[in-house]
Amino acid sequence: MIASPLAATTLFHLGPVAITVPVATTWGIMLGLAGGSRLLTRRLALHPSTRQAALELAVDAIATQIRETMRADPAPYLPLIGTLFLFILTANWSSLLPGIEPPTAHLETDAALALIVFCAIPWFGIRTRGLRGYLGTFAEPSLLMVPLNLVETLTRTFSLLVRLFGNVMSGVFVIGIVLSLVGLLVPVPLMALELLTGAVQAYIFAVLAMVFISAVTVPPRPPDKESKAWT
Amino acid sequence: MDLIQIASILGAALAVSFGAIGPALGEGRAVAAAMDAIARQPEAANTLSRTLFVGLAMIETMAIYCLVIALLLLFANPFVH
Repeated sequence: MIASPLAATTLFHLGPVAITVPVATTWGIMLGLAGGSRLLTRRLALHPSTRQAALELAVDAIATQIRETMRADPAPYLPLIGTLFLFILTANWSSLLPGIEPPTAHLETDAALALIVFCAIPWFGIRTRGLRGYLGTFAEPSLLMVPLNLVETLTRTFSLLVRLFGNVMSGVFVIGIVLSLVGLLVPVPLMALELLTGAVQAYIFAVLAMVFISAVTVPPRPPDKESKAWT
Repeated sequence: MDLIQIASILGAALAVSFGAIGPALGEGRAVAAAMDAIARQPEAANTLSRTLFVGLAMIETMAIYCLVIALLLLFANPFVH
């Protein structure tokens, strides 16, 4: 019998709170990312060293993606989107280390990430367009769409969470099954495929967060140009 | 093994197998259309592939929903104790 992918094993108890394995892995990844960023940005100079140049290249690549997707200045969105992308990518690829299961293969981590996006949408919407402007986006094509738009805010958050969970978890699950059948070398191509899936899912999560946020931050278009694509 | 368990396993297998058909056809059409568009207009490949990725993720979600339903039936079935 294979262990249920919906359950998580408890590592230890911190008072009344049970600390599960995914939570501990998440803390490890957070520590690694935060400590790594702190170390890498410790001595920034005007004439960059190799390390700083590589870092600037990565940050600039993310900023370019945000600018092209959102058609806006990336500065206010870079911390959130960049952190989401880097965290999900690191979490998905953490399965490369033996004995570690990616925390994104558990429903709770993905729910927390989707909740961050769910809260970020009204935050950016109110900040750029004001409360009235943000509430106005719910009635955007016409007033008839208000209930549909309200339902959509919930369903798209849910689909964000289920998409990441389903993709990462199914990869871990398939590798587990193949490992239990043939142990040697056969799972390697599947693990390579899982690396690709992990990168694509991190990218898609970030792009969808950008699309959802830019849907509430762009000023309403003049009504004669409605057939424009949404990205 | 009682009837509910047998029905759950069958339901899970059916959910995944039939739930994969629609998204597979849809993704095939989407990729074919994107290939066609890139062949016609190679300079738009960047925008096209980004939109394609997001669209594929949307389509793929349907198959993932079926997978989650199958897993719920197998591992978190409320009717099996």
